Amino acid sequence: MKLKALFSSGSTRREVLVQGLVVPDSSRCVQCGICSFFCPINIDVRRHAWEDIPVNDSHCLTCGECVARCPRGVLRFERSNIFEQKP
Amino acid sequence: MNHYLIIGSGAAGISAAEAIRSQDKSGEITIACGETDGYYSRPGLAYLLTGELPEQQLFPFQAADFQRLQLRRLNAQAKQILPVDKQVVFEQGGRLSYDRLLIATGAIAMMAKVPGIDLEGVIKLDTLSGTRQILKLIRKTRTAVVVGGGITALEIVEGLKARGARVHYFLRADRYWGNVLDETESRIVEHRLKEEGVVIHYETELAEILGKKGRVCGVRTEDGRQIACDMVGLAVGVAPRKTLGETAGLNMDRGILVNEYMRTNIPDIYAAGDVAQVYDPSLGKSIVDSLWDPARKQGRNAGLNMTGQEIPYMKGAAFNVTRLAGLTTTIIGNVGSQATDPDVVGIVRGDSEAWRQAPDALAVQSSFDVNRLRLMIGEQQLLGAIVMGDQKLSRAIHQMLVHKVDMTPVRKELTQPRGSVEDVLSKFWVGLAPTLGRLHAV
Repeated sequence: MKLKALFSSGSTRREVLVQGLVVPDSSRCVQCGICSFFCPINIDVRRHAWEDIPVNDSHCLTCGECVARCPRGVLRFERSNIFEQKP
Repeated sequence: MNHYLIIGSGAAGISAAEAIRSQDKSGEITIACGETDGYYSRPGLAYLLTGELPEQQLFPFQAADFQRLQLRRLNAQAKQILPVDKQVVFEQGGRLSYDRLLIATGAIAMMAKVPGIDLEGVIKLDTLSGTRQILKLIRKTRTAVVVGGGITALEIVEGLKARGARVHYFLRADRYWGNVLDETESRIVEHRLKEEGVVIHYETELAEILGKKGRVCGVRTEDGRQIACDMVGLAVGVAPRKTLGETAGLNMDRGILVNEYMRTNIPDIYAAGDVAQVYDPSLGKSIVDSLWDPARKQGRNAGLNMTGQEIPYMKGAAFNVTRLAGLTTTIIGNVGSQATDPDVVGIVRGDSEAWRQAPDALAVQSSFDVNRLRLMIGEQQLLGAIVMGDQKLSRAIHQMLVHKVDMTPVRKELTQPRGSVEDVLSKFWVGLAPTLGRLHAV
């Protein structure tokens, strides 16, 4: 498979891993800290939600643990534009 | 150099301190808090109770964060404000002068007015120290009775259940949270509780908590039934902590009355968060919220205005996300009825008075399995919505409501959908998305 094909196919897990970015909606967040607690590499996701900034930590695995654990739907995946394809 | 004194270190107090420091690098900021635990996530207590989180996780700020803000933290209970001298007197003795004062004392969970509330085993989910007490008592608890409506009552029910207790849940009304949820939504929640083994007693009122040797041993209901139990959980509503405001001579109603700049009627005294009753220019009246995000935003506005800015608090649509019987639920805007819920006195935590404004609207509903969507649609705009279960559309709906999107293109289709309401709405949202920011999730 060509590298390019990897990015142009649908929402594969691999695509999420490479292009996904965890983005908080701070108006939903109550700072309980479940997200940070379950982060396997100890990123303080809660602080990102407090400051309303995406989890732009290059160590983020986009494993989705924080997104899934948050009881209030604060976190979601968004497409980062670092591999944005030229038309 | 200005001295800013903040009473209370919850969401409003902390966010005010951050806002002040962003504008005034050299001013002195003192944050006084009666609780030794200081700033912690109060909504997170529910997850400490279920065992999802350890206690140390509830503290969003570490020592370094307070240092970065150059905050002086004081563990002291404010007793009285002397507005003429511009001083605050503390319980422990001593007083502090201020140039600007913020009252952010929050709200306190109320006790039921029945005999027996002083017995060991009567609990409420209100503070970290109180929750530690629950966790200590739960080890020897086999059966618990929980009384009250709204979010906190369910959090207690679910928490005690998760800790292995047998739980009886008393509702005065014939269904759960009747002034915010509609009947189907109430039944969904109740059904899920019953599946977990919770015994719901409808139209049941607590008359007395029975004790033996100073400990809870049962309850008696108004209709004369007795149920043996070792714990009684109460969540009948919260009351703004108004005493400081009252004795200082501030204008009061259900909370401390402030204008949209978070100012009270006395110069240099501000209030924000659960204790404040905030004037909303768009409604022409003052509203009490007991929600984290409004508290944070009010605190921020208060802080900025304390440094000399003039920034009004724009409330927007009342909005909260919570978990009801394990089901993520988003409540946006006006969704309820004006009927009063006998299980709730005033307001409960995670609650907004704004939800109770009965909208003059069409309700469009859609549900399958445990996912449910209810939209309140006015002539042109969405007025409110409840999203239970699948939250894919909840952000879109929130955005449509906040941006007052004209719904007329799909109004008819929503009320008579050929497919599902969800399909109509998501198609409409995708069409709008370029104007309302990014939609595409991976």
